Amino acid sequence: MDLLRLATAGSVDDGKSTLIGRLLYDSKSIFEDQLTHVEDVSRRRGLGQADLALLTDGLRAEREQGITIDVAYRYFSTPRRRFVLADTPGHPQYTRNMVTGASTANLALVLVDARNGVLEQTRRHAFLATLLRVPHIVLCVNKMDLVDHSQERFNEIRDEFGAFAAKLDVGDLSFIPVSALNGDNIVSRSMSMPWYEGPSLLHHLEEVHIASDRNLVDVRFPVQYVIRPRDDKHHDYRGYAGQVAGGVLAVGDTVEVLPSGMQSTISHIDTPEGPVDEAFAPMSVVIRLADNIDVSRGDLICRPQNQPVMTQTVEAVVCWMSGTPRLQAGGRYLLKHTHRWSKAIVRDLKYRIDVNTMHREEGVQALGLNDIGRVTLRLAQPIFADEYRRNRTTGSFILVDEATNNTVGAGIITNAG
Amino acid sequence: MTAPTYQLTHLAALEAESLHIFREVAAEFERPVLLFSGGKDSAVMLWLALRAFAPAPIPFPVMHVDTGHNFPEVIEYRDRIVAETGIRLEVASVQAAIDTGRITENPDIDPNRNQLQIIPLLDAITEHRFDAVFGGARRDEERARAKERVFSFRDEFGQWDPKNQRPELWSIYNGRHHRGEHIRVFPLSNWTESDIWHYIRDAEVPIPSIYYAHERDVFLRDGMLLAAGLWTHPREDEVVERRTVRYRTIGDATCTGAVASSAATIADVIDEVDATRITERGATRADDRASEAAMEDRKRDGYF
Repeated sequence: MDLLRLATAGSVDDGKSTLIGRLLYDSKSIFEDQLTHVEDVSRRRGLGQADLALLTDGLRAEREQGITIDVAYRYFSTPRRRFVLADTPGHPQYTRNMVTGASTANLALVLVDARNGVLEQTRRHAFLATLLRVPHIVLCVNKMDLVDHSQERFNEIRDEFGAFAAKLDVGDLSFIPVSALNGDNIVSRSMSMPWYEGPSLLHHLEEVHIASDRNLVDVRFPVQYVIRPRDDKHHDYRGYAGQVAGGVLAVGDTVEVLPSGMQSTISHIDTPEGPVDEAFAPMSVVIRLADNIDVSRGDLICRPQNQPVMTQTVEAVVCWMSGTPRLQAGGRYLLKHTHRWSKAIVRDLKYRIDVNTMHREEGVQALGLNDIGRVTLRLAQPIFADEYRRNRTTGSFILVDEATNNTVGAGIITNAG
Repeated sequence: MTAPTYQLTHLAALEAESLHIFREVAAEFERPVLLFSGGKDSAVMLWLALRAFAPAPIPFPVMHVDTGHNFPEVIEYRDRIVAETGIRLEVASVQAAIDTGRITENPDIDPNRNQLQIIPLLDAITEHRFDAVFGGARRDEERARAKERVFSFRDEFGQWDPKNQRPELWSIYNGRHHRGEHIRVFPLSNWTESDIWHYIRDAEVPIPSIYYAHERDVFLRDGMLLAAGLWTHPREDEVVERRTVRYRTIGDATCTGAVASSAATIADVIDEVDATRITERGATRADDRASEAAMEDRKRDGYF
């Protein structure tokens, strides 16, 4: 059984909470006491039926206001797969939460209401999922029961979204007509839409092929922690712990350590379950080298012929996550990339991207909360970077405000060097 | 664990994520501490920490917030694990805080000390200047916990502000804080109860014996089976029965109920957990029943 991380985007109006409630309920991941609780609260508020949104809206303020503020994580499993679901609010003022949920997702579930079709927010959700390079996108056309399960309506929406998606760089796109309320095409194929020949949503989630999404070619091992026991038994043990970010590392491979450029051979790969011959993403392992060379946290182990770019200038798309301070040219922040911190200065704010139309707005002075824009950063220390499209780990960073220590921005490297 | 297709099982992926979190904290913080209650989640957490730094020892101590209302089997287990692993144990004592007048106990018949843990915990964090505090909370446990970050910021009062959490993207963690503030770290965030049990089986993690079926004198109160005579005492109308039970969670013994169960082995427990239709906290914890937002309120105040 493997693990699939998915992010949902959509607003309450699209029936997102009902859809999630349905997935959890039909996969038997909602427990009786949770359901009883939701029924009790719904009844106290005078609602006719159990409001499944209460399952995911965890905070007092969310329940009071009937909105989702923050990312909520949900867990369910089938005999085929374990799922981690990041449930994110869909409104523009929560773009930062959508970006957070999408950052680790293998798959994004974008919902539309069959009556309304593709809206501005549908395009925004798809754009953000693509920006974060979520490899699989599923457009769920919900509330099919309210359009008489019309194939024609479904095809219209599919064609319209397909035309829009062609302008984005979408990896794998699927369309599924559903009715979350009635459970049509959620767990099993619906009798009310015999014209639909594809899989049910849950079946698709179980079967979608995610193994080939990882980069198994470019070896990237950011060194996280040096393990030196310093006791008699392990006197000469010197291991470099980290999580493989790309490629396959094997005992006997010649590797190069950045920034020193020193080369050595992998002598051992240790894991919690004992030594192994090979390591690949996302394994957390300890690498030992044949030669005693200087390696410390923040260094990167790669192959001599295949290296990331060592650079102090980064071109990136930044999602700004803070009301104050705003991002401006000349602004100074701390940047964290893999296991390296560096001071960073914004050299240039090139343009802001309108997340609804994807138009570039040039000449803007600042990025505010939930804005997305293209910037050039100058760093005090070099980082070892790849383009985000090649590697989500070595291609991403966060920006931190030095005064408050808050995380204020998330960056996607478009061009290193 | 690994197939030639370079696929990880979901448990291996969760373990890899947890090891990464432990090492990140050890690298970036000066004084981490791991909260160790002797419960199954903290047992798994300690096991993962041992694995994260092997063959070197864990570079931080563990701390037990001791309510004084303990199951003897759990204290025996705690002391045995400490002796076997050679880790350093700190104890933050609720009883000591009551004795010195630092906190006042509710003059109830069977006073629940769950809430009382907050002050001794925060005092110990201040006294030892701990800057990162590992907790075994999981997001699947409870609604408020579903929104918690892996690195969760606490201000100088130990408070959690759920509406103003730091964004947390990819696996880049921001543990920066000012003096007096600290970060709660949850390496088991993405694990479920079922994952914990499967891992206990696969990695042979030792846990206290009361997680397995045993005979015990119990009585029913508020829908929970409480141990008679240990820290909870039956009122006149409450009938004591000898039953075969086990514990699904371990907390302060006054508010932790047993469940009727004949699951005597790890395989039985896994079958039972995978078939159950009631959450572990719903089944066994009086402390979460106080209000719709009971956990959120306690967490805001600095609870685990």
